Amino acid sequence: MNDLDDAVRRRAIHRQAASIIAAVAPFGIVFGAAAATAGLSLLQAIGFSALVFGGSSQFAAVEILGDGGSVASAAIAGLLLNVRSLAFGVIMAPALFGAWWQRAAMSQLMIDESTAVGAAQIEQRWRRYGYLVAGIGVFVVWNLTTIVGHVAFAGAGDLITDLGLDAAGPAAFLALLWPRLSSAPQRRTAIVGALIALALIPFAPPGVPILAAMVGVVATRFGTPEEQPSGAPLDESGITP
Amino acid sequence: MSDATIVLIVMTVGTFALKSAGPLVLGDRSLPARVQQAIGLLPAALLAALTIVSTMGDGREIVVDARLVGLVVAGIALWRRLPFVVVIVVASAATAFTRLIS
Repeated sequence: MNDLDDAVRRRAIHRQAASIIAAVAPFGIVFGAAAATAGLSLLQAIGFSALVFGGSSQFAAVEILGDGGSVASAAIAGLLLNVRSLAFGVIMAPALFGAWWQRAAMSQLMIDESTAVGAAQIEQRWRRYGYLVAGIGVFVVWNLTTIVGHVAFAGAGDLITDLGLDAAGPAAFLALLWPRLSSAPQRRTAIVGALIALALIPFAPPGVPILAAMVGVVATRFGTPEEQPSGAPLDESGITP
Repeated sequence: MSDATIVLIVMTVGTFALKSAGPLVLGDRSLPARVQQAIGLLPAALLAALTIVSTMGDGREIVVDARLVGLVVAGIALWRRLPFVVVIVVASAATAFTRLIS
């Protein structure tokens, strides 16, 4: 019985991760092409995808370098986009247990996609599993497609919009959010978070609205102690069947 | 060393510090119940923020374009309890189709 439940849960996570991993591929190609256009060598492009491993921050840094921006402005813009990883780390920390070097190694996979799939699960072991499956899958595909983009493609941006693939990410994030919306506190949190993020888009550098949404929600939470969710400390909502 | 290599090194070190701070400093130590409850709400805020920013954000501009059609279609598909993969495919298709006819 338990084995059966485990198999079902594992398959559900695989399905979620597979869609997200596939959605990343075209963006990897575009990054590789953008890096080539900006004058980066293949080795440098792979360095960004493997060592930095943070899609939007890589785009920002490479774009600034390509426009002739300074080293400082490229590095600061890129790092600013990754500040949200701090908050991801707080969410994922209990699931990423192990020796310090194991925790360090797993941290390298911390991106939007792996955190989204991980955080969408309820039990810590499934959070860990979802995080690792999505993280490793995206890492492999992201690096392979970076190479393809650098070597073979220029102007792959049209490919993404022509096929509507820029809607795959939003749809995947909404699908991961969906099961939580049946719980009132989670629903309120989601709405407040979305509004904060949307309101900040024009005023803050990319990446900051997402961080601010999480910080803002925690702030309002501590401001209204009467809204105690019942049940498990981490989550009381359901999950995609 | 080229500019790109310096940026690469700085971002590698900085990004890893940001990513690993939580897992390395907090570890699997259990936090106070009140903090855990707040953290329990973070995924909803994160997923909602990611959804809205990836749908309507374009750098520092709020834009309404074909992606929003895709998101609405994704919402309908989720409401109809369609499988995850189908949700992604119909959302992409609806976005591509909207661009085609507009």
